[in-house]
Amino acid sequence: MGMRRRSGTFVLQVNPILCDGFGHCAELAPELVKTDEWGYPIIVNEPVPLANVAAYESARYAERGCPRQALHIQRFSEKKPH
Amino acid sequence: MIAPSSLPRLLHAASERPLTLSQHESAFGSATITTSLLEELEASGLTGRGGAGFPTAQKVRLIREQRGHSKFMVVNAMEGEPAAHKDQALLSANPHLVLDGAEFLASMIGANNIAICVARDNPTVVNHLERALHERSRRSLRGPRLELHTPPWRYVAGEESALIHWLDDNESLPQYRPRRPHILRIGHSPALVDNAETCANVGLIGRYGAAWYRTLGTLENPGSTLVSVTGAVERPTVIEIELGTTLRSILHSAAADPDPSAVLLGGYGGTWLHARHLDTPYNNAALKNLGVSTGAGVIVVIPKSACGVLETQRVVRWMANESARQCGPCAFGLPSLAEDLTHIAHASRDAELAYHRLIERCGVIEGRGACRHPDGVIRFIRSALEVFDVDFDTHMHGAACAGSRATRHYANVPSLEREDELIWE
Repeated sequence: MGMRRRSGTFVLQVNPILCDGFGHCAELAPELVKTDEWGYPIIVNEPVPLANVAAYESARYAERGCPRQALHIQRFSEKKPH
Repeated sequence: MIAPSSLPRLLHAASERPLTLSQHESAFGSATITTSLLEELEASGLTGRGGAGFPTAQKVRLIREQRGHSKFMVVNAMEGEPAAHKDQALLSANPHLVLDGAEFLASMIGANNIAICVARDNPTVVNHLERALHERSRRSLRGPRLELHTPPWRYVAGEESALIHWLDDNESLPQYRPRRPHILRIGHSPALVDNAETCANVGLIGRYGAAWYRTLGTLENPGSTLVSVTGAVERPTVIEIELGTTLRSILHSAAADPDPSAVLLGGYGGTWLHARHLDTPYNNAALKNLGVSTGAGVIVVIPKSACGVLETQRVVRWMANESARQCGPCAFGLPSLAEDLTHIAHASRDAELAYHRLIERCGVIEGRGACRHPDGVIRFIRSALEVFDVDFDTHMHGAACAGSRATRHYANVPSLEREDELIWE
């Protein structure tokens, strides 16, 4: 593990076409993902600061744990937020 | 060559048969490709007529800057809206005007292929276009190659990424585009997708210039447009109007019900507009203040005798069936929205519960599909809740209104006979 940049923000994005509603993301990243009544993820829209290490860690778990590989972490640098 | 000085522009010299190439050239003059086309297009301020209303010149410039030896120009005449007939009317009157525009646009982006996409369920238009393409191929073999494509007719098949997916891979399903603007590609070649009416406008601008084009319409929304008026009208019509004409005079010239309760603008993914706003000019700049857009040029007139809840429910049920079933929120969400609306329309015991659940579900589903299909349905439902608030109130208090027992419906949808055999390929 190299140095991790702590400035900037990230959002967790889902490809809705790939997503089949397994629900792993909601268990792995409960602070970022809720599920709707059909089991599909509702992800927080606002960019989360990378300084929030716990959230970033769970986003990475969710990204890697998705059985359909439908999740993607989009990082934004400090200069242009979103 | 004489530029048509007043209104019918796009439908100029139209008769019962589509104009042949020689008739077309004597009516409009011959089309010559010049180097100043893009400047003229930019000066004309033309916006796309397919629904989004994006400035065409900006889109052309974006594709023009892309690298690549081969590029595609795609003419979208799919017309997924069941209430819209403008592309059909245009292609059965002046097919060569659309093809001229497509050739102008192809020369601007440097495309060597032009694909014209018409739904295969509309054999009349397919015939007209086959004939027009045949006439062109006999004239000369120079210039970009013209090809006719006939995807299946689905509501979302006319969405631009679904159309490109069809041309690329014979599946008319929308694609996931996380970053905008997104360059659509067929293979590796960038593609420019424009509506047939936009192409026809480009065909006119390329001939007569931007200054002529701006003689009609307002500063922000110049030119003329085709509107399909259906619903409470004597017969469904497609008329060409100057942008900025009031809605009331459009209804008058289409011989529609002069005193409707509401009109639906923009198509089935559009918005209802209360009849008290009928004196608004018909263009995006004026309608934006009301949260409405002209969309695909559809006006559905709903008379006072009809029930707004029932009309909304019928449309939403059909739209839910037309979902591509790719994204969960759309595949499961839209049928449940339709179910909630059915409870309200039948004024059943849990109508009030369904009403609150409907509002909640609208917020949950919004913005979570790969394409804008669910967002369009939600916009449609929200505007219905606002415009038909009296009807919804009556239904929720246990009494279906008189209009919902009528047998005549105004927002027409195709029958759901083939519900289980949707064709995407």
